[in-house]
Amino acid sequence: MRYLPKSPADRAAMLEEIGVGSIDDLFLSIPAEYRLTGDLNIPAQMGEQEIVNFFRAAADRTANGYASFLGAGAYRHYRPVVIDALVQRGEFLTSYTPYQAEISQGTLQAIFEFQTMICELTGMEIANASMYDGSTGAAESVMMAARVTRRSHIVVANTVHPEYREVLRTYAQHQGLSKQRVGYGADGRIDMQVLDAAITDKTACVLIQSPNFFGVIEDVAAIAEVAHAKGALLIVSVAEALSLGIVRPPSEADIVSLEAQSFGVAISYGGPYCGVLACKEKFIRQMPGRLTGATVDQQGRRGFVLTLSTREQHIRREKATSNICTNQALVALMTCIYLTIYGKAGMRELAEQNLAKAHYAAQTLAATPGSKLLFANSPRFNEFVLETAEAPDVLNARLLQQKMVGGLPLSAWYPELRNASLWCATEQNSRAQMDAAAAVLAGKEAPALAYV
Amino acid sequence: MATETVPPSNATASESKGSPFVGERSKVSSHISQNEGLIFEKSSPGKKAYRLAPLDVPAVDANALLGKHAREDLGLLPEVSEIEIIRHFTRLSTWNYAIDLGMYPLGSCTMKYNPRVNEMVARLEGIADAHPYQPESLSQGAMRVMWMLQECLKEITGMDAITLQPAAGAHGEFTGILLVRAYHESKGNPRKKILIPDSAHGTNPATAAICGYQVQNLKSNSDGMVDLAELEKLVDEETAALMLTNPSTIGVFESEIHKIADVLHAKGALLYMDGANMNALVGKTRPGDFGADVMHLNLHKTFSTPHGGGGPGSGPVACKKILEPFLPTPVLVETPENTLTFHYDHPESVGRVRMFYGNYGMFVRALAYILANGPDGLRQTTEDAVLNANYIRSKLEDVYELPYKTATLHEVVFSDRRQARNGVKTGDIAKRLIDYGFHPYTTSFPMIVPGALMIEPTESESKEELDQFVDAMRQIAREAEENPEIILHAPHATRVSRMDEVGAARKPVLRWKPDADASEAAASGENPPLVPATAAKEY
Repeated sequence: MRYLPKSPADRAAMLEEIGVGSIDDLFLSIPAEYRLTGDLNIPAQMGEQEIVNFFRAAADRTANGYASFLGAGAYRHYRPVVIDALVQRGEFLTSYTPYQAEISQGTLQAIFEFQTMICELTGMEIANASMYDGSTGAAESVMMAARVTRRSHIVVANTVHPEYREVLRTYAQHQGLSKQRVGYGADGRIDMQVLDAAITDKTACVLIQSPNFFGVIEDVAAIAEVAHAKGALLIVSVAEALSLGIVRPPSEADIVSLEAQSFGVAISYGGPYCGVLACKEKFIRQMPGRLTGATVDQQGRRGFVLTLSTREQHIRREKATSNICTNQALVALMTCIYLTIYGKAGMRELAEQNLAKAHYAAQTLAATPGSKLLFANSPRFNEFVLETAEAPDVLNARLLQQKMVGGLPLSAWYPELRNASLWCATEQNSRAQMDAAAAVLAGKEAPALAYV
Repeated sequence: MATETVPPSNATASESKGSPFVGERSKVSSHISQNEGLIFEKSSPGKKAYRLAPLDVPAVDANALLGKHAREDLGLLPEVSEIEIIRHFTRLSTWNYAIDLGMYPLGSCTMKYNPRVNEMVARLEGIADAHPYQPESLSQGAMRVMWMLQECLKEITGMDAITLQPAAGAHGEFTGILLVRAYHESKGNPRKKILIPDSAHGTNPATAAICGYQVQNLKSNSDGMVDLAELEKLVDEETAALMLTNPSTIGVFESEIHKIADVLHAKGALLYMDGANMNALVGKTRPGDFGADVMHLNLHKTFSTPHGGGGPGSGPVACKKILEPFLPTPVLVETPENTLTFHYDHPESVGRVRMFYGNYGMFVRALAYILANGPDGLRQTTEDAVLNANYIRSKLEDVYELPYKTATLHEVVFSDRRQARNGVKTGDIAKRLIDYGFHPYTTSFPMIVPGALMIEPTESESKEELDQFVDAMRQIAREAEENPEIILHAPHATRVSRMDEVGAARKPVLRWKPDADASEAAASGENPPLVPATAAKEY
């Protein structure tokens, strides 16, 4: 087997050194009746070329080569090549969690830079070294808020990503938390009156998403005021992180749960992504996950370490703030490199392009006969809800014939939005694609796309 | 042994004279290491590392569209050029140890070789670009990868059903214990407690707690194994499950595993197996056969997906038929027409534990690893991992105390008892190993071994690398007798040494802020202080 660095002679010499006659002698502690005598029933060993061909064939049986208008928690953004060139360096790729600071300063300093950039983007004071993703991050921040406030009632906007809400339900079910959902108004934003009534002096937190699942930007400051008036914390979940390039940061929040996939992380059929929690410094002792801090060594030289680990499972066991251990370190590094590449000016410029693309797409698609932009007067980033005369499934089938993947039908999660779908336009969508999609919507022959 | 042979040409021959080493370091030599500040310290307005394509739609006025929600500026995000970014992160990378540089004997972590073809296939267009909401008809290739991985993992574990959704081992534990809870609830009583051996990983009790269970500690017997008599005393009708790591954290197979399962099952309790140590078992025995009801796997341990400095991982959960109705949704189903589809309608499901389908990119890598190995390769892998651990044991047990003499599988645990007489603890020996060019083993764990040195070599080490490691460990043992001071202040050869961790925790500095003095100095044309001499107090 080509990954194993031993010759038969090496193995024989080592067995002799150990003092056993055969390798099976080392497995005698496994009761005989449970020892496998034959081969596992799995495919036979393949050479590298066969493996590549196998996965190429799988890749060809996907939407490879299709234009797409999907978003909804997984965003199509261009990934600069520098990212993969750097994260594939073995010293980043094949190292462990940086517990041994002396030989992990590279990872530690990069995480420190990541934490700093996340603070700058979110308007929070501290950020952790990552969570699994945006959905589990949102659930962990709700549990964190319950610990901070010692309250057990939570209020959740119905415009938080439906799958985030499902994950929250799974996490919260055995925590003794009661949950209340708050719907949206005609503007696609959380219903402020219902929200106000839902919050009581038992409410630990309000969880919203902004831009929300409909792509609409919530009035974070106003929501914070309502939550804080009754002593509840405000958690803002951000699924489309690139929005922070042009949308005011949710500084009024107490905790921000970010999904940073937009920052140079491949969509990869849903993962691995990069959740991260940021919050006000006063909540630091209740923060889950790893934290990197700056310090000095015994000679006074600057360096970085994992710190405040007394919050974590390997020290606190059942009293830990979370059971999280492995996080998304390499993906966090990707986002850190991405933010470095675009930087202060580029993030703004790129976010502006997204704003312009989505604005054009929304106007163009909504102008087709029978189509209508929902929540049209609310501020949005790069997603919008389009109501069409036809059922979205029928429409999408026609788009697929033209090698285009249309918006995500919403009625499974929001039955009241019957013929509505969620569209996303990014810097990856050309004007030609949007015009072609509009032509299909209008029932016209779509012009052939030169490239997608 | 390396010391008996002619030193390789790059070894520092003069190390015997005036050197802090009693013998020789055969694995490493000193080497220049580039200094590098924080990326923010290199930033300067106007520098750029990007150029966007021209906008092909009309530009918009952000203030008009967003009103009061428009952002004013992006604060301290850096402004640097592409070459600076390449150098910055490349320099940082050289400060890390990695599997690609050598043996990484962290016990319980299974730091094995991460094959490069895995990285290549995970980045193929069509796989890397697949959107989780694209139509199933256009996702069959992606779904087939999941299906094949599921089938392989079920066969490897001997289980009936599986979910790939959990994002890491601890997340898998969470999912597994939720299954246990849902199963008991379906019988009318969720039960109250989870039994956890004192040798367990910290994630086990933390998991039980977030699933609403009380943790009951189970003492190990004098062999470091589950004490059957004690288990029988503790298991009752309120016991939901035992969370058992097998082989245990001292690398020993629970040879009475079937009796353990029987004791639990007799009271209606389940056996949860922490699969962190599955690298000792693949192809040799199957948890499903020896009585485990539910277990998680760590694709980033046993199945070679890279640790990446702490993640991402992936923690599939495999279980017996009785737990299948409770698996997270969606569930991947094969239709009679051989197509794949996701089923969402499972009323007894514990619900989602993660959005979409899990850390898909890790599934691709793990399947590539399984295909590269085949049944014979997986078995040989396990055998080599166990061979390596036993080799280290036989080469070191005369100088390091072996508290449990039971048969070793994939990892061996020594204690620092002999060295501690000279004031040298496991953490010190670990730091000294760095000077010899190795990553330390796992220190002070499991807790049943005071002063533990937990060593897991994995199958990825050649005999030469193992001999160098043994040589280093033996030299350190000698140093502990002859010159303990040298160990107590190790490492000596690194960029930084023995960080002030107490200070870091007492006054946490978790982000960079511009330093007033430095920016004044820069403004007045003076050079800012050199890195890394910059003291932390400047933050």
